[in-house]
Amino acid sequence: MNKHATPNLKAEKIAGGVATDQRHDSAHKHVSGAAVYIDDMPEPAGTLHIGLGLSKIAHGTLKSVDLSAVRSAPGVVDVLTHADVPGENDVSPSNMHDDPVLAEGKVEFYGQPIFAVVAETREEARRAARLAKIEYDELPAVIDIWNLDTVNDKQVTTPLILKRGDAAAAIAAAPRRIKNRMWLGGQDHFYLEGQVSLAIPGEDDEVVVYCSTQGPSETQHLVAHALGVPSHAVTVEVRRMGGGFGGKETQANQCAAIAAIAAKKLKRAVKIRLDRDEDMTATGKRHDFAIDYEVGFDDEGNILGVDFTYALRCGFSADLSGPVGDRALFHCDNAYFYPAVHAKSAPLYTNTVSNTAFRGFGGPQGMVGAERVIDEVAFAVGKDSLEIRKLNFYDPMEAIGERSVTPYHQKVEDCIIQRIVAELEESADYARRRREIGAFNNNSRFIKRGLALTPVKFGISFTKTEANQAGALVHVYADGSVHMNHGGTEMGQGLHLKVAQVVAEEFQIDLDRVKITATTTAKVPNTSPTAASSGADLNGMAAQDAARQIRKRLTDFAADKYQVPHDQVVFLPNRVRIGNQEVAFNDLVKQAYVNRIQLSAAGFYKTPKIHWDRSKGRGHAFYYYAYGAACSEVSVDTLTGEYVVERTDILHDAGRSLNRAIDLGQVEGGFIQGMGWLTTEELWWDDGGRLRTHAPSTYKIPLASDRPKIFNVKLTDWSSAYEPTIHRSKAVGEPPLPHGMSVLHALSDAVASVADHEICPRLDAPATPERVLMAIEWLKQEAAKPA
Amino acid sequence: MAETRNQIRFILNGSDVALKDVAPDATLLDWLRLNRSLRGTKEGCAEGDCGACAVLVGKLSAEGLVYESVNACIRFMGSLDGTHVVTVEHLRGDGEKLHPVQQAMVDFHGSQCGFCTPGFIMSLYGLWMKTPDPSNAAIEKALQGNLCRCTGYEAIMRAAHAISSYGKAAKDPLAVERDDITARLKALRDGARVEIGSGKVRLIVPASVDDFAALLEKEPGATIIAGSTDVGLWVTKHMRDISPAIFIGGLDGLRTTSEKDGVITISAGVTYTEAFETLSKRIPALGPLVDRIGGEQVRNMGTIGGNIANGSPIGDMPPPLIALGAQLTLRKGEARRTIPLETFFIAYGKQDRQPGEFVESVHVPVPAKGTKFAVYKVTKRRDEDITATLGAFYLALAKDGTVADIRIAYGGMAATPKRAAAVEKALIGKVWNEATVEAAMAQYAKDFTPLTDMRATAEYRALAARNLLLRFYVETTGTKAPFQVSRNEAA
Repeated sequence: MNKHATPNLKAEKIAGGVATDQRHDSAHKHVSGAAVYIDDMPEPAGTLHIGLGLSKIAHGTLKSVDLSAVRSAPGVVDVLTHADVPGENDVSPSNMHDDPVLAEGKVEFYGQPIFAVVAETREEARRAARLAKIEYDELPAVIDIWNLDTVNDKQVTTPLILKRGDAAAAIAAAPRRIKNRMWLGGQDHFYLEGQVSLAIPGEDDEVVVYCSTQGPSETQHLVAHALGVPSHAVTVEVRRMGGGFGGKETQANQCAAIAAIAAKKLKRAVKIRLDRDEDMTATGKRHDFAIDYEVGFDDEGNILGVDFTYALRCGFSADLSGPVGDRALFHCDNAYFYPAVHAKSAPLYTNTVSNTAFRGFGGPQGMVGAERVIDEVAFAVGKDSLEIRKLNFYDPMEAIGERSVTPYHQKVEDCIIQRIVAELEESADYARRRREIGAFNNNSRFIKRGLALTPVKFGISFTKTEANQAGALVHVYADGSVHMNHGGTEMGQGLHLKVAQVVAEEFQIDLDRVKITATTTAKVPNTSPTAASSGADLNGMAAQDAARQIRKRLTDFAADKYQVPHDQVVFLPNRVRIGNQEVAFNDLVKQAYVNRIQLSAAGFYKTPKIHWDRSKGRGHAFYYYAYGAACSEVSVDTLTGEYVVERTDILHDAGRSLNRAIDLGQVEGGFIQGMGWLTTEELWWDDGGRLRTHAPSTYKIPLASDRPKIFNVKLTDWSSAYEPTIHRSKAVGEPPLPHGMSVLHALSDAVASVADHEICPRLDAPATPERVLMAIEWLKQEAAKPA
Repeated sequence: MAETRNQIRFILNGSDVALKDVAPDATLLDWLRLNRSLRGTKEGCAEGDCGACAVLVGKLSAEGLVYESVNACIRFMGSLDGTHVVTVEHLRGDGEKLHPVQQAMVDFHGSQCGFCTPGFIMSLYGLWMKTPDPSNAAIEKALQGNLCRCTGYEAIMRAAHAISSYGKAAKDPLAVERDDITARLKALRDGARVEIGSGKVRLIVPASVDDFAALLEKEPGATIIAGSTDVGLWVTKHMRDISPAIFIGGLDGLRTTSEKDGVITISAGVTYTEAFETLSKRIPALGPLVDRIGGEQVRNMGTIGGNIANGSPIGDMPPPLIALGAQLTLRKGEARRTIPLETFFIAYGKQDRQPGEFVESVHVPVPAKGTKFAVYKVTKRRDEDITATLGAFYLALAKDGTVADIRIAYGGMAATPKRAAAVEKALIGKVWNEATVEAAMAQYAKDFTPLTDMRATAEYRALAARNLLLRFYVETTGTKAPFQVSRNEAA
């Protein structure tokens, strides 16, 4: 890669433009161990290491903190507490001032960092951290939300209410009604690379922090805030992360701040890298939810009105819980039109780690609530859930009528779910398999099969309007090679590759002429975190803008120098046709340089059209929607609840994909991650508020052997973004994750067979073998009750 | 007494290494990354569960030089004496090309964030050298100990199937250099005891089993380390001091498996991987169980002797071995005693092992023809997970169809691996039919009062454990209908 072979000046197409299948730009480095992550960087001489001292109780005041044994332990250079924070002792990303860098006076969850040991080696720091003598005055701790009052109990931020029509009246007037509650567990990110930062002090107030962060600008801002210096003193850089998934959107900031504070105080480079157990204990996760739902419907299964309360376990601080709860409500419709709807969030305070962003950002949780309602209706009217789904879809884009308005009053203008579901139903052979499974179950005493097809409609844009902007910096060097930089971060999703493809396309040069460089706040300022699936949409546009500025200057220059009209300057692969002659791109660039043409540009993009008024619950919150559907079949052992996924078929809409190979990987990986969330990944706190599933030995993400035995994943080859997105592609980071719902519902379908599909199993998530078996037992008991 | 030397010696990639300054708790991963700046090998969990740190270790065995994937994070330096450590940096293809395993992973988009990738490369490399054209099941088994959070594995599976189209395993450098490496490793085996350090930083690699027995008798407080899949975590997670540490994993005298008069004797240092062939052939029900203990890297290091000796209530080998009527030989100095395995487990954290004594071997009777034996492990995730409940069943029927002998043992249900005495009593002498089984299922509450923890609630453990007896009954009827879910059979 990036070997500077002579560009092919006769090529009909460039190598590596948009809409071509390119390998990940770093793949050859990943496989050879040559890709450098933060912990792999050569440390400056004298680098110190940090070990954290964590709270051993869930809630209480700090009566005494005796760190003398810590300070005198071998290798220890210093021990930092809140008193060492020169600026504000806070890293709240939501300006709520409720996220201390180091606990001050009180602790609010088991595992909260109280002090930071700085030692010559990481092992010495970790060992010393265990020697603290801390006395607490314990206070009552709220661990779970199941029994909390969604109105009166403490909340970390303001809840959201969405309403359209009179839901209460519609439900009351409906021929049929169901009211119930479901539990939906959280999820640890389990990025393979844990939280890590390396801070190197500079002159005056300067510091450079190499940090595994999805949001370098925010990390920069919060480090500056904690140091009490202007943002210009802090540079944050990241070349790549070993996975992020939302877990490094805000959660990287605390470690970055601690490392930076230590580095500035001790005037030495300082590294912090959390042990896996510490990472899982002390950093936030996907929110667990308790979802109250009430639905009114008719005998056909048409939904007439719904009422939802989405209560979420936020932990001890706001972090991003407000917007996460909002996005859950934004997706309480999934792909369904509700004639009347009332939905509210309840962001509840608990004495647990502060939950945060995780791929989907509440959206998947919202959809799981919607799909439970569909299931309830289907069982009540005695129809296949898929029929109820199809009955309640939004109007398709070619026939928009009354049924096209969301609970937040945005019109769904690009709905293609009908076509996707129809194609998937066909390719997955749904009807035939539905019949075969019925026959199988009638003849199988212990093993039961289940089948489900679930849709996804996912809104694309940050709901925080100002986050929908991006910057890029493109340099063309005098030899025609290109340096590409933008505000997005690489966590494996191939963002840098996609943006490089966009730049190559604009200049019509081969992809290997475009150098991908580390994200740094010094090159592109005030960027948004790489989140909300927005990476390619925003940064691709910004980089395109930068490239177009330079291309325009080159065009102007060429038209002037060669005395041809502008429209006779055409960028061809690796060359430019100017009038009747062709000039190599590199040669034109060289000429432009000699003629003092600026060959560098900063690009910018802001998403058009979107607006959102939270107080009114109205707006055009999303620029567009991404769609998809998944069909899964499972086998369940009714004696133990164990199961396997026999087959999954997915059809997903990535618009006009920039890179189908990369997007396919996002869909496959997103599905498996969503499946893990809803099946084997269980977070379990003991009564003292201590997370007991804090490592891969106890927290079980999917393995290769948990994949569906047959796994058919396709991207639609016909869809195109309704809005003018970057080359009409669609975002693909988060939307595939909720396809995991197909497995949850297939399990539910298999469970339902033990009571002849007459009772909704109300299978909660994660549907561990235990939950599956207990649902089977419950159904058996219900079925045995006299009618 | 054997000769002693004060350094450990092994081969790292292409170079000979001799280290005098090695702490007993120094891990291979830290040494690679911090001392050698070989940073292709990553730390993901530091407990042997994610495989990001997978490397290959070549060791001399009865079959010659064998390369196995292991987790460098819980592999102690002291255990490497006389081995060949191969890291991702050592892979190479022709000229400047990537290795076939690497090129396949690149071309099939097998990496996204790339952090787990070197570990996957090493696991797939180990598999490919042994099995150039593996089945889906073989690949899944080789990857049980490798977590990837990005790809959903499908691309990695595609790559794994394609490796042999990029090159021949027989022409791989490790195959070509096999004789040379073997000779170099043999030259390292001088029969000496290794002793390094003193006080809190002391490690010993005994010269032989006899040397080990003598050492342990003198130093009964020493930490015995075979596979370190458990002790590794004492260090990486609990920061416990383990000095003096005695490394026994390389002792030939503890690595033998033999069968005599229908009894298989497995020495304490035999790993799951080494025991697999014998056990799965002679007692077929144990094959699928062993395949679900840890991941491949853990099975390559962990020993059956260690699984017994550490006395865990959730170890997977003791219940089936108890159900089979296994005996255990313990040794102290020159003295040996043999006891029923069942009696070894006294209480939580307490075993029938005297100071200075060690588990030397376990003797497993092969079930007689006509008897039935099964073992079922129930977990949250199918593979590489710790037991919620595990039931093992041995049944001998009399000619009249009544139960002549039955032994039922469980893991995860009590403070030790435990027999279901009341259930057995309800079955013995009765006609083996579903009514008998159902009646016996009511007896479980007398035998077990399981706990609730992060793996399962007490209610679930009790219910699933009870249902396993019904599953066993159904299996013994020889039914063709499915009675458990299966990963490897097509839908």
